[in-house]
Amino acid sequence: MEGTSRIVRVVEVKKDFPMGKGVIRVLKGIDLSILAGEYISIMGPSGSGKSTLFNMIGGLDKPSSGAVYIDEVDIAQLDAYELAWLRCRKIGYIFQTFNIIQVMTALENVTLPMVFAGVSPMDATKKGMELLDMVGLKERFNHKPSELSGGQQQRVAVARALANDPSIILADEPTGNLDVTTGGEIIDLLKMLSIEKRVTVISATHDFKMLNVSDRVVWVEDGRIDRIENRDELSISMGEIGER
Amino acid sequence: MMSWNGKKERRHLRSGRQVTLPFLKSVEIAVKSIRARFFRSFITLLSLVLAISFYSYVSVNTILLQGILLSDDFPGVERLVQEGDGALDPANDPKQRWILFLSLLVCVVGIVNTQLMAVTERFREIGTMKCLGALDRFILRLFLIEATIQGVIGAAAGALLGTLVSLLWSVARFGSHLFMVISWPDIALSMVWAMGLGCLLSVIGVLYPALVAARMQPVEAMRGRE
Ligand SMILES: Nc1ncnc2c1ncn2[C@@H]1O[C@H](COP(=O)(O)OP(=O)(O)O)[C@@H](O)[C@H]1O
Ligand SMILES: [Mg+2]
Repeated sequence: MEGTSRIVRVVEVKKDFPMGKGVIRVLKGIDLSILAGEYISIMGPSGSGKSTLFNMIGGLDKPSSGAVYIDEVDIAQLDAYELAWLRCRKIGYIFQTFNIIQVMTALENVTLPMVFAGVSPMDATKKGMELLDMVGLKERFNHKPSELSGGQQQRVAVARALANDPSIILADEPTGNLDVTTGGEIIDLLKMLSIEKRVTVISATHDFKMLNVSDRVVWVEDGRIDRIENRDELSISMGEIGER
Repeated sequence: MMSWNGKKERRHLRSGRQVTLPFLKSVEIAVKSIRARFFRSFITLLSLVLAISFYSYVSVNTILLQGILLSDDFPGVERLVQEGDGALDPANDPKQRWILFLSLLVCVVGIVNTQLMAVTERFREIGTMKCLGALDRFILRLFLIEATIQGVIGAAAGALLGTLVSLLWSVARFGSHLFMVISWPDIALSMVWAMGLGCLLSVIGVLYPALVAARMQPVEAMRGRE
């Protein structure tokens, strides 16, 4: 991947949460560089700090110390408008709990980020339908989330994340609430996007199926990076998992 | 790919980096939210309907009584004069005003309470919208528009109810002769006032909950209640 820029740079990031009188140290110094177009999985046991790291990278929360750079801009320096712009245009978020807005139809959910971005209603609808078509939900554009299965809701979330052609897709346990087959479909979808649209996919997960599609895997343990493996090194640990 | 390095360039590009929510779109979303949460909206509206109907009742009563007093040959006038000041001008009766004030206050407190619960239920939705690029003021605006719509509906119902009850009660008391002396423009005006007051109460009631919601960080909003 030579010549590709570092789209995300996490430098010495620590995060404490107040806890009673003291603090709980959740991230204990994370350094990580992610190249544009990479498919990265952040793996680790539950409670290791994946979601906390996810929130830092996505500009949803601020580190206690250290910095997160996106396209070499320190996001802690952004004002509220720039931050909203970043969330709207630069990053697409996918969550374990889908977070589809319940009162809106699939299409309205997908077009909402485009509304915020100032896209005209007609263009937004057109693009929204294309995206729903891409995730296989074109016929369901007028359905409310309550009328969709978990897997379908997550597809809507994927389509919505792509609305403004972000350069980064951040996914926190995207398959966590799905069964194996549906989860696999979401993973395939994300992989397809990373190849066809060249988006950087960063996904926090403990779903081992993610390993197959990842360019690199960042193993997080107790708020630190345990090791980072490239795809070619992965087969070894995959073997280990297979034996278990 | 756009690069956005450097403070100067960033400032230069800022105009192109706006996030927006057109007013009509906010109204559309607000209407959807109200319809989707019909029952909750209904409860929020109920205290407003009651308070405004009481307000309308008192002010229409006043209008009717003044109409009666101004017409010399109305059969009930002597009786009214006997009953004293309070009966003549209910809106200026201290006791009546105090009750009116209390009922409006209870109404606002009730609205704040139900809206706080409604906002709590919507933390996840608010957090999601923020992740999609919503500014604090988009959220605030959505809640204010919702409250205004609820205020108009609730106050209209309340004004109708209060006016109707006052008319019926007065007709029962003074007979249908009353219709000769009613000043309809005054009654229409009082209903307009009642609706304005209803909107105001509704918006005042949602202000604090909406501010809490709008200021929330996306993570805070999405954590917790699963
Ligand atoms: N807002 C918070 N306040 C206190 N503790 C928190 C908060 N958020 C996360 N934690 C703690 O940080 C640890 C890591 O959480 P998280 O990042 O969600 O882990 P993961 O996503 O890997 O399961 C957990 O022990 C959790 O209890
Ligand atoms: Mg997590």
